[in-house]
Amino acid sequence: MTMVCHRPEGLEQLEAQTNFSKQELQILYRGFKNECPSGVVNEETFKHIYAQFFPHGDASMYAHYLFNAFDTTNNGSIKFKDFVVGLSILLRGTLREKLEWTFHLYDINRDGYINREEMTEIVRAIYDMMGKYTYPALKGDVPQQHVDAFFQKMDKNKDGVVTMEEFIVACQEDENMMRSMQLFENVM
Amino acid sequence: MAAGVATWLPFARAAAVGWLPLAKKTMPKPPVDNSSRSDEILYVNVSGVRFQTWKNTLDRYPDTLLGSSEKEFFYNEDTQEYFFDRDPEMFRHILNFYRTGKLHYPRHECIQAFDEELAFYGIVPEIIGDCCMEEYRDRKKENQERLAEDTEANEANDAPLPPHSTSRERLWRAFENPHTSTMALVFYYVTGFFIAVSVIANVVETVPCQPPKGMVKDLPCGVKYQLAFFCMDTACVLIFTFEYLMRLFAAPSRCKFMRSVMSVIDVVAIMPYYIGLVMPENEDVSGAFVTLRVFRVFRIFKFSRHSQGLRILGYTLKSCASELGFLLFSLTMAIIIFATVMFYAEKGTKGSTFTSIPASFWYTIVTMTTLGYGDMVPNTIAGKIFGSICSLSGVLVIALPVPVIVSNFSRIYHQNQRADKMRAQQKVRLARIRMAKKGTANAFLQYKEDHTLGDRDSDSTALCVKNRSAFEHQHNHLLHCLEKTTNHEFTDEMTYSELCMTESVGFRTSRSTSLSSQQGAQNNSTGCCPRRARRRAAMRLANSTVSVSRGSVQELDTLQFKTTSIPPQTRSSLNAQPDDLKLNCGDQDFTAAIISIPTPPANTPDESLPPSPTPVPGILRNTRATAYTHETVKISSL
Repeated sequence: MTMVCHRPEGLEQLEAQTNFSKQELQILYRGFKNECPSGVVNEETFKHIYAQFFPHGDASMYAHYLFNAFDTTNNGSIKFKDFVVGLSILLRGTLREKLEWTFHLYDINRDGYINREEMTEIVRAIYDMMGKYTYPALKGDVPQQHVDAFFQKMDKNKDGVVTMEEFIVACQEDENMMRSMQLFENVM
Repeated sequence: MAAGVATWLPFARAAAVGWLPLAKKTMPKPPVDNSSRSDEILYVNVSGVRFQTWKNTLDRYPDTLLGSSEKEFFYNEDTQEYFFDRDPEMFRHILNFYRTGKLHYPRHECIQAFDEELAFYGIVPEIIGDCCMEEYRDRKKENQERLAEDTEANEANDAPLPPHSTSRERLWRAFENPHTSTMALVFYYVTGFFIAVSVIANVVETVPCQPPKGMVKDLPCGVKYQLAFFCMDTACVLIFTFEYLMRLFAAPSRCKFMRSVMSVIDVVAIMPYYIGLVMPENEDVSGAFVTLRVFRVFRIFKFSRHSQGLRILGYTLKSCASELGFLLFSLTMAIIIFATVMFYAEKGTKGSTFTSIPASFWYTIVTMTTLGYGDMVPNTIAGKIFGSICSLSGVLVIALPVPVIVSNFSRIYHQNQRADKMRAQQKVRLARIRMAKKGTANAFLQYKEDHTLGDRDSDSTALCVKNRSAFEHQHNHLLHCLEKTTNHEFTDEMTYSELCMTESVGFRTSRSTSLSSQQGAQNNSTGCCPRRARRRAAMRLANSTVSVSRGSVQELDTLQFKTTSIPPQTRSSLNAQPDDLKLNCGDQDFTAAIISIPTPPANTPDESLPPSPTPVPGILRNTRATAYTHETVKISSL
């Protein structure tokens, strides 16, 4: 059995494709390679990692959706390039790029529209991460209410789906969100 | 958390951008990360051998010496390196742990030296990888047993008596351990002598002696010198009875003593004599009486108190009882089969000794064990054929199970040991995982507390937060963001069930019931979070009496600061609590590199709390004192 080993493209190419400096890429790759010597991350590892970050509840569904959002080539594994490109958008991208990324996260079937079912799935996955013991206790169908509130805000023409433009416009109107977006910039 | 997880944390935090459109509240501020982002190579000099590694590698395990700020104590300014005056060979393994995340145990090293190195570098031995774990545990157990034996041997000989021991305790000790005093030793030897005398007398009294004048037949000595033997017997029994009664008096637990094997043997050894005294010299009954005398031979078992070897033999037999039982069972099967066959083969013969199947058992046993007395022999050809088959198979049937039993015994014994070990390890591992999970949960809740209180007094919070690692801060911030996204908060199981109960009580509660539920909640004596929840619940109920209109879920931050609306009785208690918490925070966090997990204090003063409001502040201060005897558990990896 040969070890599947994937090597990323050269450092210069990655530097050109992302907004990271060479040194940052070096640090990222060292950590990545240490964790995944074969050069790819698969979904199991992802779920395992998220399970450790969110031990209270069940993070597997959210990890699944997140994995799909990073796996732009849809081949079931995340290579270093996908990883670093995704991170670049989230940390160093423009506002529009970030919102587009988030839209792609929510749009599970990649048809360009977020419908209620997809949103419910995502919201349920997020609530699953909270686990059972929360304050206040999760009574009733809280995720569904959350989804309703979301659609109330985002779906301007009330056609039951949210398109990319509606999403971006609605987000830009939300000041809280805009402020929060900037908080995550110095994560690296 | 595992090293690898630390690498992924920035990624998880970045991905939190995905929660933003859903979040109902603004995200909390992230912790300020002042450390420089660039990585550097550190030089570590261990007794002259120079190691180099990235700083990030060492930072993977922040609760060890090398991963925390503790290593700064070993920094040498002149040579710009960290110098440790320790074993460089061992250090190689320790450093590999940081690099690969797995700790290996070098087989040629002494287990104690290894343990000491681990303790120095702040690494918990439990994270040794599976490949080396069994070896490590075996060696450690061996070592511990050897040490225990040595100390036991020392202790057994000259452990001093505890002061103020009653005469009863001293007597018991003298019985159990004859070497403690000369009196005990004397008594020990005297009883031993009398056991020997008694056994020898039992044996000798059956030897035929010269018949007295006037009789022809040889008499057993017991009958000829009846009086002498009787006196000897009486003396022995008196000594044994006296010994038994003294032991019974001195025993710490009389019921347990009476049930023990040795005491049963003692009783059985002396009963025949007394029964013989009581029973009349009746011909009919004396037959039964004679059988009772057989039990006198049990006195020989009393030697087992004097002999360690006998005890070990008895224990060994007891422990492989199932194997012996199997041997017996297979033998019985073979015996029955062959006895039946021989009986039917020899049935026709005239004058055959094989009168019934049970009678044939004797033949089968004698033949199978290759004794061959010759008192029963087959006469027919069929009988002889089967007889020879019986003796041939006898060799096999007897010889085969014995090594199988021996190897079985050894295998099952080791297997059991391993299964028990594994079960214990599994339990420990699960408990550790649970504790770690709770630890992370509690750590996060504690972080939140500090964070909310931080707005009040920046000095103490600065003190509090300084010693938490950057990783912990960032992780806690991430969990906080999730809370804000969903507009629900993390709690632990206790608080959750508590709040479920208090919610059902209802918001409209009178003053007295709010206090009583406060007391009731306080009686849930566990770590810091339920106390906070008690405060929360108490305040919530207290608040509700003042303003019932607050039906919706309150932000806890706002609740905690509404001191003005609390009735005066609990104001002092509220004033006490933030102080307590701030100081506690300080106490907790100065154990820098350790994640502490609050354990439930065994007896809190809460239990004995009288239901009146004024002692409440005092009690809360006391619980602070007792509850923070943490068990500090270092968790390097899950």
